[in-house]
Amino acid sequence: MSMLEVEGLSKEFGGVHAIEDLSFRVEEGHIHSIIGPNGAGKTTLFNLITGIYTPSAGQVRFDGRPIGGVAPSRLAAWGLSRTFQNLQVFFNMSAIENVMVGAHLHVDRRFWPSLLRLPGSVRRDRACRRQCADLMEFVGLGPYVRAEASSMPYGALKRLEIARALAAQPKLLLLDEPAAGLNATESREIDQVIKKVAAQGITVILVEHDMKMVMGISDHILALDYGRKLAEGNPAQVRANPEVVAAYLGAQC
Amino acid sequence: MAKLMNARSGGLALLALVMAVSPLGFTNAYYYDVAVGALFNAMICVGLNLLIGYGGQISLGHGAFFALGAYASAIGTSRWGLPPLAALGGGAVLVGLLAFVLARPILRLKGHYLAMATLGIGMIIYIVLKTEAQWTGGPDGMGVDPLALGGFVLATDRHWYWLAAMLLLVVVWLALNLVESPVGRALRAGHGAQIGAEVVGVDTSHYKVLMFVVSAVVASMVGSLFAHKNGFITPDIAGFHRSIELVTMVVLGGMASIYGSVLGAVLLTLLPQVLAGFDDYEAMIFGAIMMGTMIFLPKGLLPSLITQIRKRAGGRS
Amino acid sequence: MAELLQYLFAGLTSGAIYALAGLGFAIIYNASHVINFAQGEFIMIGGMTTATLAAAGVPVPLAALAAMAVTMLVGVALEKFAIEPARDSDVVTIIIITIGASIFLRGAAQVVWDKEFHALAPFSGETPIRVLGATLMPQSLWVVGVAMAMIAGLWWFFNRTLFGKAMLATSFNRLAAQLMGIGVKKVLLVSFALSAALGAVGGIVVTPIAFTNYEAGIMLGLKGFSAAVLGGLGNGMGAVVGGLIVGIAEALGAGYVSSAYKDAIAFVIILVVLFFMPNGLFGKKGVDRV
Repeated sequence: MSMLEVEGLSKEFGGVHAIEDLSFRVEEGHIHSIIGPNGAGKTTLFNLITGIYTPSAGQVRFDGRPIGGVAPSRLAAWGLSRTFQNLQVFFNMSAIENVMVGAHLHVDRRFWPSLLRLPGSVRRDRACRRQCADLMEFVGLGPYVRAEASSMPYGALKRLEIARALAAQPKLLLLDEPAAGLNATESREIDQVIKKVAAQGITVILVEHDMKMVMGISDHILALDYGRKLAEGNPAQVRANPEVVAAYLGAQC
Repeated sequence: MAKLMNARSGGLALLALVMAVSPLGFTNAYYYDVAVGALFNAMICVGLNLLIGYGGQISLGHGAFFALGAYASAIGTSRWGLPPLAALGGGAVLVGLLAFVLARPILRLKGHYLAMATLGIGMIIYIVLKTEAQWTGGPDGMGVDPLALGGFVLATDRHWYWLAAMLLLVVVWLALNLVESPVGRALRAGHGAQIGAEVVGVDTSHYKVLMFVVSAVVASMVGSLFAHKNGFITPDIAGFHRSIELVTMVVLGGMASIYGSVLGAVLLTLLPQVLAGFDDYEAMIFGAIMMGTMIFLPKGLLPSLITQIRKRAGGRS
Repeated sequence: MAELLQYLFAGLTSGAIYALAGLGFAIIYNASHVINFAQGEFIMIGGMTTATLAAAGVPVPLAALAAMAVTMLVGVALEKFAIEPARDSDVVTIIIITIGASIFLRGAAQVVWDKEFHALAPFSGETPIRVLGATLMPQSLWVVGVAMAMIAGLWWFFNRTLFGKAMLATSFNRLAAQLMGIGVKKVLLVSFALSAALGAVGGIVVTPIAFTNYEAGIMLGLKGFSAAVLGGLGNGMGAVVGGLIVGIAEALGAGYVSSAYKDAIAFVIILVVLFFMPNGLFGKKGVDRV
């Protein structure tokens, strides 16, 4: 069974098809990239998979369970987590608190122990803080462990979202343009982070414009154009596909 | 200084110290009376700030929850002969239930729509309290017996002051606990980026509802205490002005700042006393101070103050 | 039948005033996304100024014009000195500023005038008109007529004049409007002047019916806010419809249910509408973009 099965998925906004009759599968443990020009429907697809949008037609199954109509917060409990192209950082909190929110499902979040600051819940919270600091190290945010989110640069915030998503201990992680706005060195660091994540057995779906990153780390690539599937396969196959080259890569090479 | 403000134990100790020392300047019972009012408001505002400042949900109706608590105690003790604590607890439970039932549909609303809905609920409760005279005494209000705990009767404003001071410490401590806990983080996250919180498993509306109930229950309990202390209540305590006053204290003191709420509540309770000498000009000056503070210190008094102190400290080092 | 008609007359009269107040909220909201809680005070200042000048022997039309000018001046000053400097602040911060402004204006009115009620003679006498067994005061016709004229005038302004269209454009997309050379600051200033003028007119026509004092604006302001929210914030026609619904519901509620609960009925209706239509009757649906 595939980790994620997308079948005949469509989404329209006022008559415009953002995603049209799209089907594909994501295998467990793979790094699966989705590429396509701006407006190809990549972010819409992410929003459909993570329950933020409801599909106009078709369905998405995660671990065999249909996700239609399931709230994003429930999907997170199923093991689905993501980052955002346009950041969804909690700017009213410190960096490490952002990551700790990611661990929400795995901490003691009962009301009364929290209110009364019971020793057990305080101890568990301290442990959570340590783990989150480690996660920040893991994505290369060591210097920001004591920072406020509002004082961090853009590239660091992108990684902060990755750390937050990892804190949720997902089975499937969706990364929406993690390298956008990063310089070449930072992008290679993100490469490494994603590889390490996948090595831990977390399935990754990646939307990215940085072709070097996509070609370098993906097991499987899906190319979209105008909400439809253009091509699918391993990096070599997709790179060789004339339609992909015409629609997208051609502009870059 | 700034460190002391932030550290929980330091802040609590400072608050306790200020409240312990203040009475040295109280030359007569009137001072105690005003001070108790300030402490009561501070407790409500700390609760309300959890909803407004940390949760990002405005309420223009919390005066009504305060009033319901007051009337629950008044009616419970004088009409039904309940012990004061039972009436206080019963009122809190009822208000909590009411808030819970209302919260789901209301908190789906955003911004000004939420302001309107909470305002409407407050107004409806106010009108009910004013109209159902057989229960509430109508616009003329009703008397309430003094608070008797066991055999001890809180007879003087001095007694009330020490009780209110202790309770405020407890409320502040609980609020700080909550804010720094997973519950508080989930609440703040929902305010900071709702979808970002949802995708890591935070049921944001659950936490908004929870804080709506918590803040309403705090207001209700303080309302009960107020009824006993004042000895007399009228429906005006449920009015629009009361609700606005509470929100103003929270915003003026500093949103998402527990100690800011204490500061805002104390200052705005004292201000009319200070301005009383200006007679006809009182309202004008009060309004001008409100506007001026929010224009020049949009983050509120305490957060702006702390930023200033940090800047000074940073400049020196 | 006559009874129902009687209530409807009363409801339409107060509904027209609420509609004007609601339009005041809508215009400012459109230009700035600010809810101006001092809108009721515009109504009060308009009424008070006219009543005072008329009492001093100034002909009513002249007094009314002067009152409009005074109120517009107040509105512009409010925008210039209180809203403009706080443009980038939180919604809640600006709400508190406008509430501060309303307290300030009430306090000022109490200093300039007093705490007494002020009256203004009805414009066309007090001989009731009988319609199908119900009575209608001539002043009610003035209220409804003037409100209709104002609404028509506003419609013309926002749909037919260049500046009116520019103001609407600003409400849809501030940046685009700016790029097209529309002065956002000027739009803001004009929106406050317009809202103040609307408020003043409402205050002038309603004073012969309801009297006025320094606190008269509180309830009218709240009703105007209710009307604007009920109709859907920023929707002018919505505010008018919302105002009429609130006015008529109140009058029917007072007549058939209980006069004590008349205000509560209006709020219950608003809550019910918001439960099912979180953006009001004609409001735009907000879409969260991620």
